[in-house]
Amino acid sequence: MPSFPKPKIPDAVVPPPLRKPGKPGVGGTPKGQAPSDLKTSPPERKSHGDKLLERGKDAPIDALGWVDQRLAASGFLTGMLFRKVPKGTNWFYTLGSATLFAFIVQATTGVFLAMFYTPSATQAYHSISHINNEVPLGQLVHGMHKWGSSVMVILIFLHMGRTFFFGAYKYPRELNWVIGVVLLILTMTMAFTGYLLPFDQRSFWASIVGININGTGPVVGPYLSDFLRAGPELGATTLSRFYAIHMLLVPGAIIALIGAHMYLVVKLGTTAPPWVKAERPKVASPVSELDAGANGRVNGNRVNGNRVNGSPVSGEGNGAL
Amino acid sequence: MADDANKVNGAEEAPIKERAKPDPPGYFEGESMTRRHVFTVASQALGGLAAAGIVLPAVGFAVAPIFHRGKERWEAVGPVSDFVEDTYRQVVFTETEGIGDAGKTTAYVRRSSEDLGEEAGKFVAVSNRCAHLGCPVRFVEAAGNFICPCHGGVYDFQGKRIGGPPVRPLDQFQTRVRKGQVELGPRYSVTSQMEPVRARDPGEFTGGIWEYLYPPRPSTFPPP
Repeated sequence: MPSFPKPKIPDAVVPPPLRKPGKPGVGGTPKGQAPSDLKTSPPERKSHGDKLLERGKDAPIDALGWVDQRLAASGFLTGMLFRKVPKGTNWFYTLGSATLFAFIVQATTGVFLAMFYTPSATQAYHSISHINNEVPLGQLVHGMHKWGSSVMVILIFLHMGRTFFFGAYKYPRELNWVIGVVLLILTMTMAFTGYLLPFDQRSFWASIVGININGTGPVVGPYLSDFLRAGPELGATTLSRFYAIHMLLVPGAIIALIGAHMYLVVKLGTTAPPWVKAERPKVASPVSELDAGANGRVNGNRVNGNRVNGSPVSGEGNGAL
Repeated sequence: MADDANKVNGAEEAPIKERAKPDPPGYFEGESMTRRHVFTVASQALGGLAAAGIVLPAVGFAVAPIFHRGKERWEAVGPVSDFVEDTYRQVVFTETEGIGDAGKTTAYVRRSSEDLGEEAGKFVAVSNRCAHLGCPVRFVEAAGNFICPCHGGVYDFQGKRIGGPPVRPLDQFQTRVRKGQVELGPRYSVTSQMEPVRARDPGEFTGGIWEYLYPPRPSTFPPP
């Protein structure tokens, strides 16, 4: 678990066990002195109903505190949710979240489509037409899944383009680029295996062409296409195989890699757009003095590289990366 | 570490340094591996063995179809008298069982022709699977050619490529005559010289060095 700097947490969301007692003299009641309101007017005795109401108001916070005492997640969550982002962050930075949202839509609609779909060569086509024509809202859910797959592929490429053109793949984020490329390949695998599942003429012949393209790779190609088809010809096991890859194998890998991808995003912070100039630190640090003679670009990289290693989510330090 | 030779040398040269680094717990004279190291290696080996016991069968299960050859299958497609030398007759038969219409494939069948340098008295069954990427080709009677709708591959009357992206002639099926019926059997591919080789997938060259770059698969039948 990374150690995040703890930003100021609004008092309202801090559960009671974590709330710090007020410092003496600073607000609150001075030590050894009765509260000021006591002096002016004695406290009214609260009715039983009022007490219940107060306890009721505290109940959600108490429950939250109970969970957090055992999970110790609030430090991580506040570090993640209140982390600093560099100046110049703009709408292009939402493409990754948009891709994630498209994936969530695919996962959700896919689970519900699986309730009606039959991965059998003789029944797949009929189950899809049953979903489209007879199941209430079936056409909508199937349509969301079908068109959503294209949306996800488009968004993942736009997100990749943003990362490339903003130079966000550079040190120290190369590993996140590599994970992203694997996610792109897995998304294409999803699109390829999902295309066969309706088992109509279009998907049948498109899958045959796709498998044969795989087969044209020298030496391993013929075995690869046999592996994909589970035999020399496209058959019943091909459909089950594609279904298993589409339903179980690849989604699991995608979820795991999205977790790693987002962990690195939070851990390393995001980059500023290339048109935002890096800010010099106001107090001269030993590093910047050492590099004063070098050109600005190198200087910026050194400073920011060190900053990133030291404190993962420092906003201003990431400006030039 | 715990080496006899080092111990002797250390005793003579730097006895204080030797004493500063105590032997690990459970150490006895002359051992080559500490107890902790033995257990580390043993538990990792056992864990690896257990993981392999789960992963290897699963991977083998998924990969096994590559090495499995199905049963040889022959299907009658019509009496001998149905077929002539100078044109094809289209027949549909089952190539893959158990998946209904999707397992059916189309072949164009004719009698062999001595004019084309073929052995007389046999039957030729040309697969309609394009040798480019596997789209279904159609025999166009007027042109005497096979034409693929997807990317414009064209084959001559014998199935040799004469245009477009295909990399080899059309595949063929083995033929035989039983009880007056022409029967079609396993698929095989041909080289550009019309020599039969084991079936290749579309897009894969045949003959010469390509026999090594696109090796024959265990799941296919030997050519006639």
